[in-house]
Amino acid sequence: MATASLASTEPSVSRLSIGVFLFRLRAFIALLILIGIFSLLTPAFFTEQNLIILVGQTAINAIMAVGMTYVILTGGIDLSVGSIVGLAAMIAGLLIDRGLELPVFGVVIYFNIPAIILIVLCLGILVGAFNGVLVTRFNVAPFIATLGTLYVARGLAQLSNDGATFPNLVGNPDLGNTGFPFLGSGTIVGIPIVIWIMILFTAIGWFVAAKTPFGRQVYAVGGNERAAELSGIYVQRIKMAVYMISGMCAAMTGLVTASQLVAAHPATGESYELNAIAAVVLGGTSLAGGRGTVWGTLIGALVIGVLTNGLVLLGVQEFWKKVITGLVIILAVVLDQLQARLQQRLALKKA
Amino acid sequence: MSSPSSPVSPAPTGTGEIVLAALGVTKVFPGTLALDGVNFNVYRGKVNVLVGENGAGKSTLMKILAGVEAPTSGRLLIDGHPVTFKNARDASKAGVGIIYQELNLFPNLNIAENIFAGRELTRLEVVDHGAQEMLAKRVLGRLEQPLDPRTLVSELRMGQQQIVEIAKALAQNVRVLIMDEPTSALTNAETEALFQIIEDLKSHDVAIVYISHKLEELLRIGDYITVLRDGKLAAEASVADVDITWIIEKMVGRTVRAPSRSHDSPKQQQEELLAVQDLTLPRAGEGFTLENVSFSLRAGEILAIYGLLGAGRTELFECLMGLHPEATGQITLAGKPLRSESIFDRIAAGISLVPEDRQRLGLIQPLSVAQNITLASLTAYLLSFWISDKKESASVAKMIKELAIKVGSAEQPITSLSGGNQQKVVLAKSLLTRPKVLLLDEPTRGIDVGAKAEIFQIINRLAGEGLAVLFISSELPEVLSVPDRILVLSRGRVTGVFDHTEVTEELLVRASAARPQHHQDAALANNSAPGPHP
Repeated sequence: MATASLASTEPSVSRLSIGVFLFRLRAFIALLILIGIFSLLTPAFFTEQNLIILVGQTAINAIMAVGMTYVILTGGIDLSVGSIVGLAAMIAGLLIDRGLELPVFGVVIYFNIPAIILIVLCLGILVGAFNGVLVTRFNVAPFIATLGTLYVARGLAQLSNDGATFPNLVGNPDLGNTGFPFLGSGTIVGIPIVIWIMILFTAIGWFVAAKTPFGRQVYAVGGNERAAELSGIYVQRIKMAVYMISGMCAAMTGLVTASQLVAAHPATGESYELNAIAAVVLGGTSLAGGRGTVWGTLIGALVIGVLTNGLVLLGVQEFWKKVITGLVIILAVVLDQLQARLQQRLALKKA
Repeated sequence: MSSPSSPVSPAPTGTGEIVLAALGVTKVFPGTLALDGVNFNVYRGKVNVLVGENGAGKSTLMKILAGVEAPTSGRLLIDGHPVTFKNARDASKAGVGIIYQELNLFPNLNIAENIFAGRELTRLEVVDHGAQEMLAKRVLGRLEQPLDPRTLVSELRMGQQQIVEIAKALAQNVRVLIMDEPTSALTNAETEALFQIIEDLKSHDVAIVYISHKLEELLRIGDYITVLRDGKLAAEASVADVDITWIIEKMVGRTVRAPSRSHDSPKQQQEELLAVQDLTLPRAGEGFTLENVSFSLRAGEILAIYGLLGAGRTELFECLMGLHPEATGQITLAGKPLRSESIFDRIAAGISLVPEDRQRLGLIQPLSVAQNITLASLTAYLLSFWISDKKESASVAKMIKELAIKVGSAEQPITSLSGGNQQKVVLAKSLLTRPKVLLLDEPTRGIDVGAKAEIFQIINRLAGEGLAVLFISSELPEVLSVPDRILVLSRGRVTGVFDHTEVTEELLVRASAARPQHHQDAALANNSAPGPHP
């Protein structure tokens, strides 16, 4: 621990340091405790089959939450991700089911699945860019800008098929667009693709945040925007980029969800934004910006996943599940405040 | 004048009635003695001027009078009776009001709401806007200000906002009104209006405590003057008996010197590095924050910018960093005119700023010491497209060693460092961008004496290596001993350029208090620094 060398002379400082250290790991500790409790309470919890289901469910949320982490690190928020999930699912469904109609030329273009995935991801980035423009160019508060986009994107998802579902996304061998369900239900070395995607997104997300100049600048913008600007950081570009990243991650979640269901429903992803924010906050990322990690978000998503899964296995009523999940999120934020105060005390003691 | 430890006996000067008196007031802050047995008399219906250099204890005394700070020892008397103020509300009840330099108004509320903020007039527990507006109008009328009480404060000019503050104090029936640098943000016309109001207040028996650096102003409106120096009472006199030279003598009268540099390098042979020509920054509303500022800087030269608050010093630096696209004029660095207004490009061109407000503008609080140090130069540590820990920590270690930053580990939170060490971290961040010109805005503000000396040693060493340094300081001893040349700004214009060999404190104080002519009638002085030496 970084502060240990200073702490040796004063016991209270070192005690505080250990406290801060444990606090930082609190999401991880909470995860282990939850896993322990559920393993004891129900034998069905700690089985290979259940764990794969659990992680697979978690992945849906975690992929989105990685993007959300970037936005929150800059001190912003992205409420539109749930709607982007829905829009992405519907556009994927549209492209598989109907193709791209070009009435001017009187043709319909059918893309193969990799192309469709690429197009949908780009669409997510585009919606994110729309959020970014609102926040950076027009100075709209992120909460309001993305709240507006939440409605816009959801509306577009419903418009895309007149509010109806695309019920069958298996594809047509004659059109060369089969294979979409593989994304949601296929496995590689026995592990679902969804989980691989989650691992990939988390790993890249962590690497970019922790190791690249861009990542460092994201933290700097969230930590102190004015100081970041005076250090030569293009604050507006960074903000723009994080919303685009968040849009892309949400679009990925949309693709995975649609693929798992082999159908695209316009209501897909409703209220997902709240799960993503909860995962980020549980993972120790400060809503004020500048503090947090992508690993923490993964753990936060796993805490939510384990909690949901375990409570279902225990047969806890759906309504109680919500109460418990909500209390856990509140507890996480209370602990976050405590950590800040603890760290401040530590800093004062050392000064 | 008596020896500093034994207080001067009160009331030797005035013949008038003393409404408020401070007796032997001492204030100790951790590490500093801000006030040392100071006596201060406030006479009824007079303008009682309080002057002193930065750090002399003016603001501390002012805060004690206004109940914001409690004295460590000593007493306050109102009409001869001892009083204790627990907070500003107590002082306000006793009739002592204060107008801070940074006005404390709510821009989103209207004039009447501001005047009655915190003590709203109510009828049946509901705010009685009608009564408030009527009373506000009456007070504004007394100040001869035809302002509509329903105007939002955000729509008022600076001088008008000041008047709202005065109205707020009057509505509370003040008997003593403390004004801290009231004219620092005002135009000449607004200043004249303020002086009219002060005359009017005097005729209503209100005592004014007037704090200002502008000496000519003090002589014009003051009745009694009290000079503080290093937390002690230096002198008290009737303004009619004194002149500027007397004030400066009493304010300065000390021999403390910041570490001096050896001015031996032949700067004249160095190339001109930075040239600023006719830099003008218009002020919102009217007038100019900076007007036709021109100067040049050679490699290895240290130039101090001296001036009072509001003289445009910080704005000058902001213009150099590209923060004010609306500014006009030419900035040339190493022969090339700077066109791009992006801060990134300015840093790339070789200008770097260490801002005045460390907490607000210098540090990224959630990041570690190391991450703060390398923030402005991240691309220098790239290995392919990511940051190499090895390269980054090598740079961090080098800066920590060179600037003697006291840390347990480079990974510890920046907030755990002392002010002086935080300042060194901000300086390190700037130096890692390899600047040609370093801008330091009040680099020693809020740091202890030892760290101050260290910062100047570092600056001297860097200048010796060819770095051009511009630094803003309000501390006369620093300004006198550190730089090669001193440029004095007053109200946005250059009012003096001095070589270190010929400068005196008096010259600086005079130049900084000078009221430059307005641009229309100053055509002759344009483009040449009207300093008192050729």
